[in-house]
Amino acid sequence: MTPAGAGTARENGAGKPAPATDGPILRIEDLVVELPGPHGTRTRVVDGVSFDVPRAATVGLIGESGSGKTMTAQAVLGLPPEGATLTGRLLWHGEDLLAATPARRRAVRGREIAMIFQDPLAALNPTQRIGRQIGEVPRRDRLPRAEVNRRVVELLDRVGVPEPARRMRAYPHELSGGLRQRAVIAMALAGNPALLLADEPTTALDVTVQSRILRLLADIRAADGLAMLLVSHDLRVVSHVGERVVVMYAGRICERGPARDVLRRPAHPYTAALVRSVPAVRTRTAPADPLPGAPATPANRPVGCAFHPRCPLARARCRAEPPKVREVAPDRWSACHFAEEVPGS
Amino acid sequence: MSTGERDLLDVRELYVTYGGRGGGRRGGHAAVAGVSLSVAPEETLGLVGESGSGKTTVARCVAGLLRPRAGTVTFEGRPLGRAGHRPPELQRAVQMVFQDPRSSLNPRMTVASVIAEVWRTHPVTAPEGDRTEALHRLLAAMGLDPDVASRRAGDLSGGQCQRVSIARALAVRPRLLVCDEAVSALDVSVQAQILRLLAELRGRHRLAMLFISHDLGVVHQIADRVAVMRRGVIVEEGRTVEVLTAPRHPYTRALLDAALDLDDPVPGDGTADGGAAG
Ligand SMILES: Nc1ncnc2c1ncn2[C@@H]1O[C@H](COP(=O)(O)OP(=O)(O)OP(=O)(O)O)[C@@H](O)[C@H]1O
Ligand SMILES: Nc1ncnc2c1ncn2[C@@H]1O[C@H](COP(=O)(O)OP(=O)(O)OP(=O)(O)O)[C@@H](O)[C@H]1O
Ligand code: SF4
Ligand SMILES: [Mg+2]
Ligand SMILES: [Mg+2]
Repeated sequence: MTPAGAGTARENGAGKPAPATDGPILRIEDLVVELPGPHGTRTRVVDGVSFDVPRAATVGLIGESGSGKTMTAQAVLGLPPEGATLTGRLLWHGEDLLAATPARRRAVRGREIAMIFQDPLAALNPTQRIGRQIGEVPRRDRLPRAEVNRRVVELLDRVGVPEPARRMRAYPHELSGGLRQRAVIAMALAGNPALLLADEPTTALDVTVQSRILRLLADIRAADGLAMLLVSHDLRVVSHVGERVVVMYAGRICERGPARDVLRRPAHPYTAALVRSVPAVRTRTAPADPLPGAPATPANRPVGCAFHPRCPLARARCRAEPPKVREVAPDRWSACHFAEEVPGS
Repeated sequence: MSTGERDLLDVRELYVTYGGRGGGRRGGHAAVAGVSLSVAPEETLGLVGESGSGKTTVARCVAGLLRPRAGTVTFEGRPLGRAGHRPPELQRAVQMVFQDPRSSLNPRMTVASVIAEVWRTHPVTAPEGDRTEALHRLLAAMGLDPDVASRRAGDLSGGQCQRVSIARALAVRPRLLVCDEAVSALDVSVQAQILRLLAELRGRHRLAMLFISHDLGVVHQIADRVAVMRRGVIVEEGRTVEVLTAPRHPYTRALLDAALDLDDPVPGDGTADGGAAG
């Protein structure tokens, strides 16, 4: 599965987003993703998620492992796992992608919206040289071969792959983890997307390459207005490059707002636990105390607030009534009945 | 932590070249060019460094998946050899968690059968009583719900896959665990839980680790010593606190300059330049 994915439809000839309108470039409204579970059941892995990606902004998406971050991004891309059902609205410049025709979806994918997949090795075709895979979208534009190659070399060079002309001939298994990651980033950028869904784009990279990639993405954003949904476990990166952050737990949003503000003064006990757990680089710290109790899974979501079995602030109301996302301070949104009591908030 | 005992793992003058022709591998790519390192029982050696500098290649030699062009890899003084040729107790003693968890698990196998398989291969490590219960305990220690046992590996999230690979490695009670970016796909809360577990196993079972990671914060928490690699060689090695608070090599300094802490001032300027990337 490449970012350019399936199909070769070119209905949307220019391959460029619709003309600018006010409002966010992407608005996710009440997104629900259900997957087939064991014994004919359905599991709701994303449960009523809503947030905006403003034009040219970077929105961090953080949260528990298994909380539905990748599923949310794949829903936006239009490539959810087989058997998934999606409801809600995905408003792309105001156009609902969930209601769009498959041809329109394919036209958007890889060009207007591209994705950097979490597992680069799984995202690459093992039997094809990486140059060929990166050149897929340019080739679809029927550019002459030399031109496609020139573009591939340029892309690899921009993402910091040394000796790009030699590396473009490598097969995925011949690259180190970090080189593969950069190949996948080059592939996503090949179609000049307006929105990049970046799923853990820098985890396999050493920090110097990481800062170089983040700077490159910031440059593209300044020049072309690229918006980004940055899925990451690295709160340090999110706090440094994200304007906004969305925090997920067990398929739901627990908190969202301005990134640095949220990560400085969380308004949800789960965010507070995450912030506490970030290891310091320059001093030796002990690994944080684990949260009590077992993590929630979408198949096994506690009633009321999904976080209540692990929450230090939980009380009767939490076990009975699922909290709604509400504005607890100007532009600060939290799904906690007692957000005002979160220490440090 | 220098125990004065004989080292558990000893890697001497390792050279690995990919591609190329003949015994000297002419025209090939020298990925590792003379690496020596050792890990004592109960010790954790952090291996950090440039992307593409040869860290995974060193790990693959230790795991016996790759034959070096020159150099030796020994475990308690015995040569480790190729994975398939190791006596069962050595095979079991050295376990590896791979960098791309998804590609090291068969996507069609259920998590329960992944673990059952390693217990079948190493019957001495199989739990005495109820295996299902033992499996659930193992999963719980990884922060995984018991319902994960019946799921296929291909239907797991990135971090769930990663924890299943760690569970598979720990299921046979290894003495040396080679972790290649083993906790990078986990949220920091679960990550802390796993790091605590590894620290506990070190005390309880004298588990030693070769711990490869790009996350200097994690390495600072778990490693006793750190080796820094760049372009196939180790450029600096020493006690963790010393290397990470008073680095001597310019490359280590560049790494530390580029690393962020949560409450560092806003980016822009002054935060490191990735000049070392090429
Ligand atoms: N193909 C699939 N079939 C069934 N369930 C799936 C599938 N893929 C993922 N899931 C489940 O859906 C839930 C959400 O998964 P998702 O991959 O979105 O998590 P995530 O937030 O990206 O986690 P991580 O940080 O570990 O990558 C998880 O509980 C996962 O086990
Ligand atoms: N099978 C292979 N064939 C050819 N070259 C390879 C092969 N595997 C690795 N290499 C090359 O060897 C070098 C070292 O790779 P290795 O995977 O050991 O790096 P690494 O330090 O683990 O990097 P990363 O941090 O990016 O994972 C890289 O230049 C890589 O492209
Ligand atoms: S609603 Fe209750 S259980 Fe949920 S996070 Fe808030 S205090 Fe904790
Ligand atoms: Mg994911
Ligand atoms: Mg590697």
